[in-house]
Formats: sequence, C-alpha cells, structure tokens
Amino acid sequence: MKKPILPLLILFLLAGVALFVSPLFGMKFIPYNAAGQERDILLNIRVPRVLCAFMAGAMLSLSGMSFQALFRNPLATPFTLGVSSGAALGASIFIRLGLTFSFLGISGTSLAAFGGALLSVWLVYGLTKLKGGFSTPTLLLAGIAISFFFSSLILFIQYVSGLTHSFRIVHWMMGTVATADFGKLLNLLPFFGIGSLLLAFLHREMNLFMVGEDIAVSRGVNVGLVKKLIFLASSLMVGGVVAVCGPIGFVGMMSPHICRMLVGADHRYLMPASLLFGGLFLAFCDTLSRTLIAPAEIPVGVLTALLGGPFFIWLLLNRKGDLEL
Amino acid sequence: MPDAIIQIKDLSIDLSGNEILKGVSMNIGAGEYISIIGPNGAGKTTLVKCIAGIYTDWRGAITIDGKSFADHGSKTLAKLQSYVPQAEGRSTPLTVEEFVTMGRYPHLSAFTSLKSEDYDAVGKAIESAGLTEFRHRKLNTLSGGERQMAFIAAALAQETKILLLDEPSTFLDYRHQANVAALLKKSCRENGITVVAVHHDINTATSSSDRLYAIKDGAIAFSGTPAETADSALLGSIYGTEFRCTPSPDRPLPYVISGGAL
Repeated sequence: MKKPILPLLILFLLAGVALFVSPLFGMKFIPYNAAGQERDILLNIRVPRVLCAFMAGAMLSLSGMSFQALFRNPLATPFTLGVSSGAALGASIFIRLGLTFSFLGISGTSLAAFGGALLSVWLVYGLTKLKGGFSTPTLLLAGIAISFFFSSLILFIQYVSGLTHSFRIVHWMMGTVATADFGKLLNLLPFFGIGSLLLAFLHREMNLFMVGEDIAVSRGVNVGLVKKLIFLASSLMVGGVVAVCGPIGFVGMMSPHICRMLVGADHRYLMPASLLFGGLFLAFCDTLSRTLIAPAEIPVGVLTALLGGPFFIWLLLNRKGDLEL
Repeated sequence: MPDAIIQIKDLSIDLSGNEILKGVSMNIGAGEYISIIGPNGAGKTTLVKCIAGIYTDWRGAITIDGKSFADHGSKTLAKLQSYVPQAEGRSTPLTVEEFVTMGRYPHLSAFTSLKSEDYDAVGKAIESAGLTEFRHRKLNTLSGGERQMAFIAAALAQETKILLLDEPSTFLDYRHQANVAALLKKSCRENGITVVAVHHDINTATSSSDRLYAIKDGAIAFSGTPAETADSALLGSIYGTEFRCTPSPDRPLPYVISGGAL
C-alpha cells in the first residue's frame, strides 16, 4: 500500500515547531528565558492563546472535512452551511439571557453553541435532502438562507442589548482567540477530544459516504446511526470553537482541501492531516493577527476570511461540472 | 431451480407519490445469473435498490438467504450481497486501491486494521477487473469504463454470494462491455456467485443469463429463459417498438435487433 507518511510527518513536525515558536511573537518579542512580567505574559497569555488557536483550527478543519464527506461537496463547511451562525446564535442567546450554568465543568455558552450548531446541521441536511440531493446550488442556498436567518436573529439580540454588551458580541462575532486563557483551553478540550475521537473511529465510514450513501448502505454501514454520529461530532466541534472564539470562517474549507492534495482523500490519512494543518494554519494566522499591525490586533477571523474569500472563488471557478471533492 | 437465495413477494413502493413497483414477486436461485430488462422508467433500478437495502420504505417481503433485512443487520447483509450502482459519472478522489479496499468494510471492525486476507481479496478483485496498472490512480482521473470496473472490483472484494448490478455496461465502449460481461459470467459460473443485473442491451442479457425478468410499468411483464425472451413479438410488446430476430453466426440464440431504429 502506498502511504502518505512523509507529508504527515512533515505536518507533524511543522505543527510542533509552530506551537513552540508562535508564543514568542506578539506585540513584542519575548524569549523563553524572559523573567518577571514578560514571563507571565508568555506563559499565561500567549502559550494558552497559541494552544487555543491550534485546537480551534484543528476542530474547524475536522468538522469541515466531515461535512465535505457527508455532503459530498468541497464547499460544505461549518461556515457555508450556516452551522457557525447556528452556534453563534445559541451562544448569543445564552449570553444575552445572562445564564451562567455549567455542566461537568463545561460552560453553558459552549453547550448552547453546540445546540445551535446541531439545529442548523439538522435544518440544512433536511432542506437539501428535501430537494433531492446535495448539489452545490441547493446546498449553498440552504446554507446561506439559514446563515442569514440566524445572523439576523443575532443582530436583533445585539440591538436589544446594551452598548458594552453589543460591542462585545460584535467583536466576538469577528472571530478571535485574543481572550484565550487556560480556562478557555479547558473548555475547548472535551469538545476537541470527543469530536476527534468519534471521527477517528469513523474514518472508513466517511470514505464510503464520500462515494455515496447507496454505496455506504451496500457495504454494510449503519447509515442512520453513523450519519448522526458524524453530525454530532462536527456540531460538538463547531459549537465548542464558536463559544470560545466566535465564528472563524474558511479554515474548515481551505484546510481539508489542501490536505486532500497533500495526502489524498482516504480519511485514515486525511483526518490526522486535517487536524494538524487546521491547527497549524490558525495558529499561524493568529500570530500574524498579533504582529501585522502591532501594537493593535486584527481579529483572526478577519484574516482567515481575507484568505478564504479568494480561495472560495478559486474553488468555484475550478470546478469540473458539478463540484467534486 | 436451486434453493431460492433471494425471495421477493408482492413488493410495492411509492417514490415521491408515484407507485413505482406494483406487487413484484420473484425467486432467484443460488448461483443463477438473472437479468432484469425493460423500458426506461419501468422500475428496474428501484427494484434493485430495494433488494440492495437502499430503499427501505416498501411494502411486501424480501428475504435474502432465508432472512429479512431486519434479521440480518447491515453488516451481515453486506457480507451476503454487494451492489454496483448505475455509472452516472460519480467519482471520488480516492485511488482505485483505496476504493476497492472499502469493499472489505463489512469484514472489518472499527478497531482493527486490514489483515492479509483483506489484502488478498483486494488484490484479487483488482486483478480480475484488469485494473492492476491503475491501482494508484485516482478514480476521478479514470475513464468511465475503468471507473465502472473499479466499482465492480470493489463489489467483488466484498466477497459476497450475491452481486447486484444496475446497468453495469451502459455507456461503456465495446471492449469494456465485453470485459464486464466476461467478468460477471466468470464470477457466476466459476465462483458460484448469484448475479442479478439490470441490462439495457437485450443481446448481452440473453447471452449471459439463466433467466430474465422483464419489468414494465412497475410489474413483471414476463419471465423466462433467454430462448423464450429472444422473441420479436414479446419484446415489441414490452418495449413498445419493433424488433427483429436474426440467426446469430456464433450462438444458438437468435440475435435481437431493434427494428424501430433501422
């Protein structure tokens, strides 16, 4: 068997290097042997922030990958399907209502975001299925419709909120890991762990779904159950990320696509590659967002969207007939 | 007829409000080669999808190897029968080998990796489909004929007693048509696999099959041997166009020519 071990190894090494080097950069370069306040900033602010960015990028990338397999469409991503908006709506409602419960140490915001994500996945899937297929127009239209609808609801919530509150929502909606700390990292961890483990066990099923549901059935996949598990895993990850970092777009589209070019489409290799590349990519973008216009910062979601918009158009223009994965 | 491996009784199904199949019954014996023929929209594809377990919302009864779908469970059923869908230009970026390996799915558990018997089955399937040189090519870079062979190879790698195929040779050039026909015949005659195939080409159907079923308007219009099927009046009534039968130079069965097209 021809295995794409080398690209995976390189990604792994690069990710290691990025995790180690990125915390050094920011408003000011701080070496690892710094002392006092600088050391504090490095270890308690930058390190969790870089880890947070890495994990969020990995989660977005993995959820994009699984959506693309299930919908058999490279434009299916948490962002384009409206799943991010759903998660953001869930989180906004939770914040607006001033609720503060948590469950097993997981913040209620994250759970509300997960609920919102699950709701939009269900809506988008139901809508496209109703129209008899996952063609690009149907999928994008359904995603856009849901995205707009939920975004308007978020705007409404913003409108009825106070000034400081609504400013916070606006800033958060741009997508940022700037407020990350170890607490938020711990909040991401269960979503990352459960989501990626579930997907890791389902790599064969995702391969079959990518070819078609009929093929998956005839190979003996328990389609109903597996589909629910994959939707659950990806909603968990999108919800987890959105609650902490806001809706960061396009990572879930670019990263799996580039990884497919690097290691091929077999999810056994595509999964670890997407995890590493997504993490690497967002950690890198976040480093740029800290340094490009220092001492100010660009929200990382703005950066990924600036890169992702042209990439999206490139994908659309390069399609052969209907889009192929 | 040997013991029935597929039994269908009064199968009916509605798709988006239309009754596509209206009380279809058939018995297919183990090791038989069965062709399903009939005009477009008659319900042939729907019938095969019902047998394959892809459509589940039907009325009536289907038993595979003596058991219903519910009694089989999805993986045991997939060890019994495999399915090759209509080649409708669907493609994926998986390589031939990766794709054929997916045929081993029902034999694998989530926590184990491939064993030597899996590699053997995959290798054998790729070889018998004549795809050895395309092993590492991606499916979406292959021609329609090669891709169809890959779909059949994946079904063979599944190592099932039953092979269901929906128009396996439509849209293929002559060489690939001949390859598909030879491969299916060999699987049936030498390996004892029960083959159920939808065919559009009557001559392919009559030359390979033990028996044929003709479906028209969602019901069985005729069933019989190839010799009985190669009849211009019968085919004319099934397809609603003229047919002529002429003696074939190389086989006892007459050759069927659709007269309307000439």
